[in-house]
Amino acid sequence: MKDAVETPSDRTLARIPEVGSAPIGSDAERHLSELWESAPGWRGWLSTVDHKEIGLRYLVTSFIFLLIGGGEALIMRVQLAGPDRHLLTPEQYNQLFTMHGITMIFLYALPVLSGFSNYLWPLMLGSRDMAFPRLNALSYWLFLFAGLFLYASFPLGEGPNSGWFNYVPLAGLEYNTGPNIDVYALGMVLLGISTTVGAVNFIVTLFRMRAPGMSIDKVPILVWGTLTASVANIFAVPSVSLAFFLLWLDRRNGTHFFDPLNDGKPMLWQHLFWMFGHPWVYVIVLPAMGIVSDALPTFCRRPLVGYAAVALSTMATMLLGFGVWIHHMFATGLPALAISFFGATSLAISIPSAVAVFAWIATIWLGRPVFQTPFLFFAGFVLLFVMGGLSGVMTAAVPLDLQLNDTYFVVAHLHYVLLGINVFPVVGGIYYWFPKFCGRMMNETLGKWSFWVLFIGFNLGFFPMHVAGLLGMPRRIYTYAPNMGWNSVNLVTSIGSFVFAAGILIFLSNIAFSLKRGALAPQNPWDAPTLEWAVPAPPPPYNFAVIPFIASRHPLWEDRLDTAEGRSNLQEGYLLMEGRETLGTTALDAVPDVILKMPDDTYAPFFLALFGSLGFAGLLLDWNRFTFLMTAAAGLSLAAWMWPRQKLVQRLPGVNGVTEAGRG
Amino acid sequence: MHDSGSEYRHCTAGGNAFFPLAFGSMPDTAMKAETEAAPLNYFLHSYGPASLPTMHLGWVFTAVVMIVLLIIALLLAGALFRKRTPAAAQAIGRENEGMRWIYIGTGLSTAALFALAVYMLITLNQVAQPAQPPALTVTVTAYDWWWKIEYDDDDPARRVVTANEIHIPVGRPVLVKLQSADVIHAFWAPLLAGKTQMIPGLLNRQWLQADAEGIYRGQCVQYCGLQHAHMGFEIVAQRPEAFRAWQDAQRKAAAPASEPNAAAGQKFFIEQCAGCHSVRGTDAAGKHAPDLTHLNSRRMLAAGLLTNTPEHRIEWTTRVQDLKPGARMPAFALTPGETAALSAFLSTLD
Amino acid sequence: MAEALAASEKPLPIGSAGKHSGGWWGVMALIATEGSLFGYLLFSYFYLASQAEQHWPPEGLPRLLMPGINTALLLTSSVFVWASERCLRFGQPRLSLAAMAAASLLGAAFVAIQLGEWHSKPYGPSANLYGSLYFTITGFHLLHVVIGLVILALLLIWIALGYFDHRRHAAVTIGGLYWHFVDAVWLFVFSALYLFPYLG
Repeated sequence: MKDAVETPSDRTLARIPEVGSAPIGSDAERHLSELWESAPGWRGWLSTVDHKEIGLRYLVTSFIFLLIGGGEALIMRVQLAGPDRHLLTPEQYNQLFTMHGITMIFLYALPVLSGFSNYLWPLMLGSRDMAFPRLNALSYWLFLFAGLFLYASFPLGEGPNSGWFNYVPLAGLEYNTGPNIDVYALGMVLLGISTTVGAVNFIVTLFRMRAPGMSIDKVPILVWGTLTASVANIFAVPSVSLAFFLLWLDRRNGTHFFDPLNDGKPMLWQHLFWMFGHPWVYVIVLPAMGIVSDALPTFCRRPLVGYAAVALSTMATMLLGFGVWIHHMFATGLPALAISFFGATSLAISIPSAVAVFAWIATIWLGRPVFQTPFLFFAGFVLLFVMGGLSGVMTAAVPLDLQLNDTYFVVAHLHYVLLGINVFPVVGGIYYWFPKFCGRMMNETLGKWSFWVLFIGFNLGFFPMHVAGLLGMPRRIYTYAPNMGWNSVNLVTSIGSFVFAAGILIFLSNIAFSLKRGALAPQNPWDAPTLEWAVPAPPPPYNFAVIPFIASRHPLWEDRLDTAEGRSNLQEGYLLMEGRETLGTTALDAVPDVILKMPDDTYAPFFLALFGSLGFAGLLLDWNRFTFLMTAAAGLSLAAWMWPRQKLVQRLPGVNGVTEAGRG
Repeated sequence: MHDSGSEYRHCTAGGNAFFPLAFGSMPDTAMKAETEAAPLNYFLHSYGPASLPTMHLGWVFTAVVMIVLLIIALLLAGALFRKRTPAAAQAIGRENEGMRWIYIGTGLSTAALFALAVYMLITLNQVAQPAQPPALTVTVTAYDWWWKIEYDDDDPARRVVTANEIHIPVGRPVLVKLQSADVIHAFWAPLLAGKTQMIPGLLNRQWLQADAEGIYRGQCVQYCGLQHAHMGFEIVAQRPEAFRAWQDAQRKAAAPASEPNAAAGQKFFIEQCAGCHSVRGTDAAGKHAPDLTHLNSRRMLAAGLLTNTPEHRIEWTTRVQDLKPGARMPAFALTPGETAALSAFLSTLD
Repeated sequence: MAEALAASEKPLPIGSAGKHSGGWWGVMALIATEGSLFGYLLFSYFYLASQAEQHWPPEGLPRLLMPGINTALLLTSSVFVWASERCLRFGQPRLSLAAMAAASLLGAAFVAIQLGEWHSKPYGPSANLYGSLYFTITGFHLLHVVIGLVILALLLIWIALGYFDHRRHAAVTIGGLYWHFVDAVWLFVFSALYLFPYLG
């Protein structure tokens, strides 16, 4: 490769990138717009590879799933509001709580964070798109189709019904003969592909697509969070995909992996599931913690305290997160020595979380907080984070967990983690970045109302669940007897859940109102320090008219921060406009390395996702020929996608089948 | 409560103020008043050395957690609302300060976590094994959605099989072997010990001990399908002599049904129920459902769902799918004659 | 910033230039995730084997001759893929084409022999636990080989069409990387399924 760089013989293979500026309205800027804009109408809608469009789709789709999952929760809370209620049959209840878990954990919690990261990464990193824009589109379409797939059988009363962790043999063919579990198994494999390609995209983007000068110690914490989560996904998702695939083989092809009658081990399922499951918990909170670490300082009028410590603690959490899966299995009869090791590790994993908590509190303490709506969510989050973490400390204590496990205490704990550490930052993040997404401000009055109603409703709904757990209420029971002592706590929980739902409604009406009537947003309404606030709101299709030079973590605060670092240059930079182009830089120091040719909009990802998903539908319905046909179609889409293109300089320019044989 | 209750009243007559005993000794009609009694409240109640250290651990952890939460909440409130010297609206704080917060906060957290970890390991060691070898071994097999209870003995004639109600001698460690006949369940009598999963293909063990006479409620806590909610059991802790008397009574076969109505009921039972249920001393030898030889010695029906009265026995037989939808037993439509006969027969199973 | 500006005074390669290309990084990440997939498969194999109550494998120790030959074929094909990329780099597209063709043929031979191995087994995937593991693990690998063969075939076509020379051949580098991975994974699969039982 080296010689190609050193002796460029052709300007199409190597060139010195031009430096300049391209203010809005200039010829250069108009040219860029034309290059990067998607076609209007449905063609553009199906073929776009713009990370902003894809990011918004992720956000909207996952929020719709959040609302569906929330509706399911409310129905369950009506059933559980009092003892011996019969609104739901046991089967309906089981499908509801299973779909609630699947929806919230797989179809909301990660995709919503992928939405933020997809939208924000290139803007935060100073790039014009993600490393693989087409893969990005594929990831979204697969997510959408997998979501529809997972929900396909639910309206027919045949939804997955064995809980989201789907233990065998209950999920095996003998005890679950319908299509319920096959839908879950195949849907999860499909969703796993989406998650994996998304994760690959984030990882390569981080290492290749940062603006020159943005060395690895200058990226926002959200980037660290999503990077860590993506690396974890790369290693963890295969475990669950494999588990579900083996389960499907057991169910439909007569294998014996989990079949205790033929030497198979139900415990294998628990191992494979939780080896994935625990890292996944961190996958769906670390990027959300990143949102807070980046946005909270804006409202404290100072940089985050302990940037390096927080970044390192993010990675440490993940590393330890791979060594604690057994704490979901303390009650399975494993030797005491083994479980005491995993118990101690599970306690130790709180240490990196403590780093983050004290960093946030110090940031507020040393700063001058501005009480705007997003800040309320981030400050409230800190308290909920601590509560979720502390109940986690209790469940990490092995003997105590042998009591707490599989009671409502764990339900309370996981909801403090998932709502406290995911939903609150997400809603706060939407308030924060809405002006960037849509060019309008969200209403502050409604915003503050939504925070307080959500915060009070949440604690009213979920705190009593701790008590229910201590009173011995098991998870996943569709009803309970009146003499168990669980009546009042359940009633309060049900009331709280509806208050919380009201808060979500206020939030949604705020969005609806602000989309139409919100005040027009300036480029940087919060006076924030990071790069995404240096582009217009909403950002133009090319993001940055010139690829900026970055000298610090806070390019927009540099003149007011008393630092020895140089000054970033956001007005002048690489023009790069001979086609869709952006800059590739080296992995650590972000020195310009390559001029990357970015792909045009294309239908290939849509069709690949469509044919792939139909292939899975064929597997589900046992239509073998159809599956074969769809696989072939997906293969052709992929080959067309990968075909080396001159425009992307993947092959030699100007040759048409005639080799340049003998040149060497 | 029928005559079966007398034994209960007998065995808990010397009970003290602890509520599980009160629960057991209370007449049926008064049970509704117990609505808020919380028979699974392991956080405040423990009746044996397999759970007592855990309960104390729970209290200490809760106290530490509450204190930490309070400290953090105060720090957060202080951070939010403390008085600040006025500064220019555009001013930005300095980047490299405040690390002391992280050093001190994380250092203290680490020390606290280390202490908690040590205490946790000590407790784990205390509850992992009984101090003396178990006096008794009970094998519990979980079925959808009930419990088969077997008392092992080298002499097959002395083995005892029953369902949903475990009798143990008070003050002695008991080894419980746990297995499953179908899906994964979990055995949990929280006032006596932590839970253990029952996994097909595996034989798990746990131990428990009751230091006070009484009735302790247990519950399946691993989601196991349609009737996971109604899979309870009871542990009856008795004085050793009462326990031995109970065991002796359980070893006997059922007395022959001599009264004509009961004999007709027995015939009906053999025809309709014996495929699944067994009654030792008769031709009923089914293996898929609870052994009913000494049905009337039990306090509850249907894995803790109903109290064991003649009315409930018939109601259960005829309306099982309304009371416990999905249960493996079908509902039977009985004629008045069959009802009377079956009821008479079941009443003989003391 | 000063150094960033300085760096820009050198000409930068454009597009998919070998290890500068996104694709190379992407396939490295793909290999990491696929590698862990096989890791979990082998974990399942050893987990179940260590707890099995019957003989492992139940049909007696596996014969090593054909699988051994097959292993050699696969490794040789990797050498040819490597050679094909080197030839492009040194401006020998015809040799590169020949090497790629040889690699593809060796890969196809591997598939044929492996299918023969499958055929010769007296048990199927549903006969017993070992059969389930054997066919699933080798099946996963075979699927990867087939995908790899499709990639090699595409590379063959692209080389034949003269798409690549010493300056642009990222597709061959990247596709080759994937093929090397498929071959390397086979060594682990081979050791687990064929050699490990001899240790017991």
